[in-house]
Formats: sequence, structure tokens, C-alpha cells
Amino acid sequence: MSQWGYVLLGWLLTVAVVVTYAAVIIVRGRALSRRLPPEDRRWM
Amino acid sequence: MLGAVTLAAVAVLALLALVASPDDVELGDTVRLLYVHVPVVTAAYLCILLVTVGSMLVLWRKSPWWDLVASSAAELAALLTALTLLTGSVWGASTWGTWWEWDPRLTSTAMLFLLLLGYLAVRRATVDHRARAKRSAIVGLLLLPNVVIVNRSVEWWRSLHQSATLFRPDPAIEGLQLFTLVFGIGTALLLTVWLLLHRFRLAWMQDRFDERGLEDALAARRAEAAS
Amino acid sequence: MFRDAALIAAKDLRVEARSRVVLNQVVPFALLVLLLFAFALDPDRGVLHRATPGLYWMTVLFTGLLAVQRAFAVEASDGVIDSLRLSGLDPGGIYLGKTAAVALQLVALEVLLAVGVAVLYGTRLNGWWLLVVTSLVATAGIAAAGTLYGVLAVGVRVRETLLPLLLLPVLAPVLIASTRAFEAALGDTPAEGWRWVGLLAVFSLVYLAAGIFGFGSLMEES
Repeated sequence: MSQWGYVLLGWLLTVAVVVTYAAVIIVRGRALSRRLPPEDRRWM
Repeated sequence: MLGAVTLAAVAVLALLALVASPDDVELGDTVRLLYVHVPVVTAAYLCILLVTVGSMLVLWRKSPWWDLVASSAAELAALLTALTLLTGSVWGASTWGTWWEWDPRLTSTAMLFLLLLGYLAVRRATVDHRARAKRSAIVGLLLLPNVVIVNRSVEWWRSLHQSATLFRPDPAIEGLQLFTLVFGIGTALLLTVWLLLHRFRLAWMQDRFDERGLEDALAARRAEAAS
Repeated sequence: MFRDAALIAAKDLRVEARSRVVLNQVVPFALLVLLLFAFALDPDRGVLHRATPGLYWMTVLFTGLLAVQRAFAVEASDGVIDSLRLSGLDPGGIYLGKTAAVALQLVALEVLLAVGVAVLYGTRLNGWWLLVVTSLVATAGIAAAGTLYGVLAVGVRVRETLLPLLLLPVLAPVLIASTRAFEAALGDTPAEGWRWVGLLAVFSLVYLAAGIFGFGSLMEES
């Protein structure tokens, strides 16, 4: 593999993992907030 | 808002790191991997620090709020440590020619990852919130001494058996390269804060949901008994 | 505190003397592991001989895990842990007592295993002084960390699988240090071994301190 191959592999791995994690949290958060009454949805 | 800023920062970082910054004299293009590796490590360390502080405050102040912060940070720390290992491994493959080397830093990072998984397993295995907070706080507090001891032992272990140390280039970086690195660390911190906020909110709502589930169940029983 | 510790240690050892679970199951298991290592590697004595310190301590680690699990299985049944909590004994004392009981059982096991490797792997045991001190300090560390994480896992439904995940990464430094110290002793370079003993001592002290202070609050919740 060329140097650029490694560089792209590293970057894509990182971006993919972070994006997946963020998506999972947000989707789970949305699903959960729909099942909670409005006064419990905010934490601040 | 914070999400948008973070996204923009990530885009700028990618542009800076992959296009704008020059390739390194010694490392060539692989230096571009460091712009993602080093920020990820920094963010992971920050999260671990947060786990320790949070655990301390849980034991000291019995604060449920910090319990959620610590657990959110621990999950993110595990993810970032895994990413550290992955990007480090890719970097190793490109410069040393092997995906894994029994280098002290690599080895103790792998152990750190396993310790974090243990922390998360304790949380998942305990149902009662108060017990969960206390147990995970103790595990979280022991995380730091564990990491230090593991690191020392691995360092000695390798230094005894490995005569030639790995070529670890420490090029004096400057100019746009330095800026990109610092910018990358800033971006990683932004991203960490954003992810932490969302993870914390999720944990917080999950707790409310669990409490409410219990309340609802109690209310249903009472209604049954009354009728 | 120390009086309570002696009380608890005596109780645990008496339970063990009556039930003989360690003697009838854990000791055979340890010997079995020694044989399995020989099957996995080679009956060729050269390999086994060189790997003796590592294999020895791997065996101690795994059997130590069983001993810790056993020490809390005794408490988990019949609500014994509730009576312990109500007994008014000092939690730090209870912790020290349980640690001491586990450590004593492990030391007995280690002596047996040492005979085992000497006979089965043909390892000549040199540097007695270093071997003995390393074993004692490492055992204190394994028992101290094991007891602390053992009580953590006691109230959990999945404790059989949780305990190894928690304990083995924590004990990794003990494995490294004690193995290197044994290598130094067997290789007739004891000077290198002593600093590993120092690391083991630090580990044991950290965990003993954490256990004495943390055990009380952990016991309340389990």
C-alpha cells in the first residue's frame, strides 16, 4: 500500500467510527425522548 | 450550534491535514496520520481524567450527576482509545512495516482499553442505580493507578528485553504542520464536548425513564389493589 | 481491625477445611493446567524449562481467580453477607481477613505448583530467597486486588464472567513482575529481580489501602 493508502485508511476509519457513534447516540436519544414526558426531557 | 461548529472544524481540519499542510521531510505523507492520531489520544486522556474526577466526586459528594458524566466519559474514552490503537496501528504499518509492535506505549494503551471495558461491564451488569454509581466509582477511581502501574511494568519489561528501541522520529514540527496539529487537538476537544453532551443527555434520560418505569409500575399495582 | 481480620480469616479457613472445595477441585485444576501447558507446547523440556516462570504464574493467576470466586460464593449463599454487614465488624477488618484467607490458600497452592514444575518441567529452582519473597509479595497483591474486585462482583448476576474481565487486566502487572523476578532468580541474576519485587510491593500496598477504605461502602450496596 502506498503512503496515501495508509493515510486514507486511518482517516476513514476514524471518521466512520465517530460518525457511527454520534448517529447511534442521537437516534437513541430521539427515541427515548419521545417516550418521556416533556418535563423530563431536558437536563438543564 | 456546537454541533455545527464542530462539523465545520472537522472539515477545516481535514482540508488542512490532507491537502494544505506540506508532507514531512522524514515521514513523507504519513505525517498526515498524526493529525488525527495525536488529537484522538489527547481527547481520550481528557475523558479518562474526567472519569477519575467524576468517580472521586461520586464517592465524596454522592452526586448522581457526576456519575453520569463519568460513565459517559468512560464510554467515549473506550471508543477513543480503540481509535488510538487503530490509527496508531495504521501508522505503525506505514512506517515500521508491522501492524503491532510490543512497544510499551502500544501495550499499555491496549491494557487501558481493556480496563475501560471492565468499567463499562460493571455498569451494564448492575441494575440498581445507587449500587451502580458506587461500584463504578471505585472501579473508575482505580483506573488511574492501574494505568500507571501497567505502564511502569510494561516499560520495564520492554526495556529489559529489547536492546534496540524502535525508530521513533521526533521531527521538530513548525509552521503549518504545527498549526494543523494544534488545530486538530482543538477540534478533537470540541468533538469530545459535543459527543459528551449528547451521551450525557442520553444517560440522563435513560435514568429518568428507568425511574418513571418503576413509578408507573407502582402506580399500576396500587390501582390494581384499590379496585 | 486486625482482631476482626483474624476472626474472618479463621472463619473462611474453617469453612474451607470443612468443605474442601479448594483441595478437591482447585488444586487438581491447577495441576491439570500444568499438564495442559505441556500438551500445548511440547513435551520437549527445553521449551517448558524456559517458559516455566510464565507458565507458573499463569497457573497461579487462573487458580487465584477460582479461589477469589470461591471466597465470595461462600458469602453469597444464605444471605451470609447480610449477617456480615450486621455483625458490627470493621469493614476494613473483614476485607483484610478475606484477603489473608485467600492469600494463605494461594501460598499453599504455590508450594504445590513449585513442586509440580520442578518434577514435570524439570526446572531447577535456584535463588530460593528471591523466589520466596516474590511469591509472598505477589500473592498478597493477587489476593488484595482479587478480594476488592470480588466483592464488587458479588451482587451481580453475571459475576462468573465479570470477575475475570475486571481482574485479569488489573493483575497483568503482577504477572509481568513476578514472571521477570522468577526468571531472574532461576537464571542466577537475582539483582535484576529485586526491582520487580519493589513493583509488586507497591501494587500490593495500593490495593490493600484501596480495599481497606473502599470495602465498607461496597459491602453496603451489594
